[in-house]
Amino acid sequence: MKKLSARRRHPLAAVVVLLFALAVTGGLYAAFAPADTAKADDSAQSLAIEEGKKLYSVGCASCHGTGGQGTTDGPSLVGVGAAAVDFQVATGRMPLQQQGAQAPRKKAIYSQAEIDQLAAYIASLGAGPAQPTKSQYSPEGADIAKGGELFRTNCAQCHNFTGKGGALSNGKYAPSLEGVNPKHIYEAMQTGPQNMPSFPDTTMSEKNKKDIIAYLDTVNSDKTKSPGGLELGGLGPVSEGLFAWIFGLGALIAVAIWVAAHTAKAKKS
Amino acid sequence: MSTATTDNRRKAPAGERVADWADGRLGIYSLAKVNMRKIFPDHWSFMLGEVCLYSFMIIILTGVYLTLFFHPSMNEVVYHGSYVPMQGMRMSEAFKSTMDISFDVRGGLLIRQIHHWAALIFVAAMLVHMMRVFFTGAFRKPREVNWVFGFLLLVLGMFTGFTGYSLPDDLLSGTGVRFMEGAILSIPIVGTYVSMFLFGGEFPGSDFVPRFFSIHVLLLPGVMLGLLVAHLILVFYHKHTQFPGPGRTNNNVVGMPLLPVYMAKAGGFFFLVFGVIAAIAGLASINPIWAMGPYRPDQVSTGAQPDWYMGFSEGLIRVMPGWEINLWGHTLVLGVFIPLMIFPLVLAAIAVYPFIESWVTGDKREHHLLDRPRNAPTRTAFGVAWLTWYLVLLVGGGNDLWATHFHLSINAITWFVRIGFFVGPVLAFIATRRICMGLQRRDKEKVLHGRESGIIKRLPHGEFVEIHEPISQEQMHTLTAHEQPKPLELEPEVDENGVARKIGAGQKLRVKLSKGFYGEGTHIPKATAEEYREITSGHGHH
Amino acid sequence: MSSQDIPEETLPAAHGDAHGAVATADDPFADPGLPPHEHRKQDIDERAAQRSERVVAFLFTLSMLATVGFIAAYVSLPVDKSIYVFPIGHISALNFALGLTLGVALFCIGAGAVHWARTLMSDVEHADERHPIEASPEVKAKVLADFKAGAEESTFGRRKLLRNTMFGALALVPLSGVMLLRDLGPLPGTKLRKTAWSEGKMLINQNTLQPLRPEDVQVGSLTFAMPEGMSEEDHDFQKEIAKAALMIVRLRPENIKDKKSLDWSADGIVAYSKICTHVGCPISLYEQQTHHVLCPCHQSTFDLSDGGRVIFGPAGHALPQLRIKVNDKGYLEAMGDFSEPVGPAYWERG
Repeated sequence: MKKLSARRRHPLAAVVVLLFALAVTGGLYAAFAPADTAKADDSAQSLAIEEGKKLYSVGCASCHGTGGQGTTDGPSLVGVGAAAVDFQVATGRMPLQQQGAQAPRKKAIYSQAEIDQLAAYIASLGAGPAQPTKSQYSPEGADIAKGGELFRTNCAQCHNFTGKGGALSNGKYAPSLEGVNPKHIYEAMQTGPQNMPSFPDTTMSEKNKKDIIAYLDTVNSDKTKSPGGLELGGLGPVSEGLFAWIFGLGALIAVAIWVAAHTAKAKKS
Repeated sequence: MSTATTDNRRKAPAGERVADWADGRLGIYSLAKVNMRKIFPDHWSFMLGEVCLYSFMIIILTGVYLTLFFHPSMNEVVYHGSYVPMQGMRMSEAFKSTMDISFDVRGGLLIRQIHHWAALIFVAAMLVHMMRVFFTGAFRKPREVNWVFGFLLLVLGMFTGFTGYSLPDDLLSGTGVRFMEGAILSIPIVGTYVSMFLFGGEFPGSDFVPRFFSIHVLLLPGVMLGLLVAHLILVFYHKHTQFPGPGRTNNNVVGMPLLPVYMAKAGGFFFLVFGVIAAIAGLASINPIWAMGPYRPDQVSTGAQPDWYMGFSEGLIRVMPGWEINLWGHTLVLGVFIPLMIFPLVLAAIAVYPFIESWVTGDKREHHLLDRPRNAPTRTAFGVAWLTWYLVLLVGGGNDLWATHFHLSINAITWFVRIGFFVGPVLAFIATRRICMGLQRRDKEKVLHGRESGIIKRLPHGEFVEIHEPISQEQMHTLTAHEQPKPLELEPEVDENGVARKIGAGQKLRVKLSKGFYGEGTHIPKATAEEYREITSGHGHH
Repeated sequence: MSSQDIPEETLPAAHGDAHGAVATADDPFADPGLPPHEHRKQDIDERAAQRSERVVAFLFTLSMLATVGFIAAYVSLPVDKSIYVFPIGHISALNFALGLTLGVALFCIGAGAVHWARTLMSDVEHADERHPIEASPEVKAKVLADFKAGAEESTFGRRKLLRNTMFGALALVPLSGVMLLRDLGPLPGTKLRKTAWSEGKMLINQNTLQPLRPEDVQVGSLTFAMPEGMSEEDHDFQKEIAKAALMIVRLRPENIKDKKSLDWSADGIVAYSKICTHVGCPISLYEQQTHHVLCPCHQSTFDLSDGGRVIFGPAGHALPQLRIKVNDKGYLEAMGDFSEPVGPAYWERG
């Protein structure tokens, strides 16, 4: 303690205290902000909007502006619709942790009820795509083969043949579609999050979207069949080449070492 | 002789009688006299060539099986096979028959996967085998011709692989073929003609699968088979090289006889290679065309790469800036044509090195003793520089996967490869040569002062020293058996009679190169007998 | 420089044969000759040898069992049966079983043979002498003399007319083979300049196969189109779509930087060729916020808000834009073919 008190008159003491205070505030905020808002359970639309607005002003307004009009740190949310809110928040992309090339998928910090309230509030700011219903995005009864063709025409160029993801320019990327909720896939197609273009119903019908979801459900889910064996990431010749070198040639060289090695000699007595 | 054999015929065992019959027509006894007990030295790296040979045989065996079911045709058909997610799709017959091999022919998928895995391993093994030959100097006289045969096999193997990869007419390979068409179009003057002739019209047309099929199953493997036989005959004729060691000289070859040891080891190794590849094919999927779908020129997937052996050319084309010159109504597509020209140059760089080395050294002797890589620092450094070049390009060929898996910017990787293409080999060369010299220095220490025993001894006056144990005569010989060539000297411009001599530019270059290869600062002079005696006869050494 | 101390006679080639060399007093590094053969355990201990024999026989037996397993799997497992194998996933039972049994059957034969060779066959090292490859001077002289005699008897060198006409004939005859290649394909002509687009052809959405109206295409969306009248069932569909594939995006007119590009758009809707100008991959990785489109094959990047200009990568020229308008019925239609060849550049492109 003596040491500390001896330094309290140091020219930088104020700066240190300020930094400390900021860190504590920020830390406490991070710890409590989502928890603070974890109540609110009212189904009435106006109440939902009201609650959503509260959530919004705490969690979103700093970047998107108090009325969703957008700032230099975040785009305007007027007219993006409930589907966009659900996609961004439920996949954990929003709220953003830090500015970067692209918002990564994270664990969602809001409950679905809260997301619906947020969505209701944003939808009230301007008309946009609503959240899809289960019948719209469930893969039942869809044409898988057609979905495959549509996927290869519209999606595979960024997301890879079976939705394993791929690179875009300057550090941006098309994420892997593994384990993504069909609802979120539907919403992504409809709203075009971040740099992804949108595929609105006018150019890609509801049926088309359903087919695509059914295709993905077949080729990229935990029940997907890989008849040949290990899928090796589904990345094509690069991972196959690595495998051939490391496990193929590697194993053969190990065998060759055994074949060519001299047999152990008997110990001299 | 004839009377003797007639007398013996009734008594001789059946095997001998068959051999007699064959000898009378084929002269097998004279052949066997030289070869039956032929000696092969033991070293794991000498078996890399066998990996190539055996994977080639596996590829031929499985390939013949595949031709029984594959239809090399681009006729459009509608799929009604057992893979549900493709029901009712339009595709070429080539694609459909490959689907059928994978899903409806029992064991067809296994054979397809063995074929493809063996192909990847075949080319990889050829490259490693070639590197073994390179780094140990096994390409020197009298084996230069065999080096060239081996190199041609590597190049032909790459193209056989590429044509095979294109046959199923799936979305991935179709993209590769499209790239090839674009590359052909970039050739000045004749590009469009070559493209039209190759594809029977505009891309993709309906001819390239049957044409690639003939090339893949007939033309290239035929040429390769011929080269392979010649390669093996020369290996037998030259007898195998060996590493220096006690009793191993340039005039002998020490090892075990073909019959029985190598018959069992090499024969057994074929089964080992086949077994490993079959197990891999049972465990790991390769080229799952059902996940890629049939080819359509307006569809594509990210991560469109060729098989690994074409990866360096993919790197070349990805990192090249988009230069294009339009003059007098013509277009020179340098952005594609330059990589197309560098592609063979990368391969040629390693292929011509043995001839450059033999010209620089002027060495006309036969070499059957291998060099340890450290004892030929310039050659080793060149080889590592070439490998670095190749690896940098491979990184470029997979830049999108590097970007996604290491969270990097694809543009940054492309720039890294552009710079690395020029800088990487130079740095690798310098670093490797230094490392080689460090290892040479250690060898010299070992010869002169013995092996570090790890035992610390305290001298009477308090100093601690590590005890060095002298090494055996065998080791001493092995560590000093290598040659250290002297650089060439320019002959004086005026000979002893005072007559001016003309020295050509070629000779000057040769002397300069020779200095660079073997001059000062390129190696550590190895221990001499005088040095050794001076140290061992002295006292107080440790 | 110690390299100078090494006269020719100390080079490895000069050492004696494997067994005879003895370390001389004056050369501490001399070749001590082949070390004496040491016995393996199996050479001196019959029980060890029998153990080896049993291991080899076991391996061969295992191989036989694996082959039986292979046949059993082939006969009993249906071709479409899928099983879950941790950690590989849902894989074909047949492929898995056949691969492993075949692998074991083959590997065990090899392992048995090698173990046999390593433990039970003699491991005494032998030395084979090498002989110089070059012929002796006498042989060489004989061959040269024979060749000379043969060459003279042929009169090849003397009768120049014979020689020259033969060379001429041999040089010309391969031309027939070259000629025969002519019908491999048609001449290029102007094939690469033309696509299926022409004036008045409507833009058909590839997803819905319906003609596109401007209001269908939203800012930030991406749509692919083909010309009216084209069908997947056409026999030349592949060839035509390889040139005609079209990529449609809508920008705010104020975001379109290139004047010509703006003129060729309809209500901010721009239509670009989907075929990369580098080597022809279908380029379509559209980043809707930056308006950049990236090629998945070689990462050429084009700016669709600036006339399809190349901003990164190996492509040499901008993406061709198709001039479109809204027709009287309210659909998007082409105002002609592309004004320049689509796809990769080539010599005659100009």
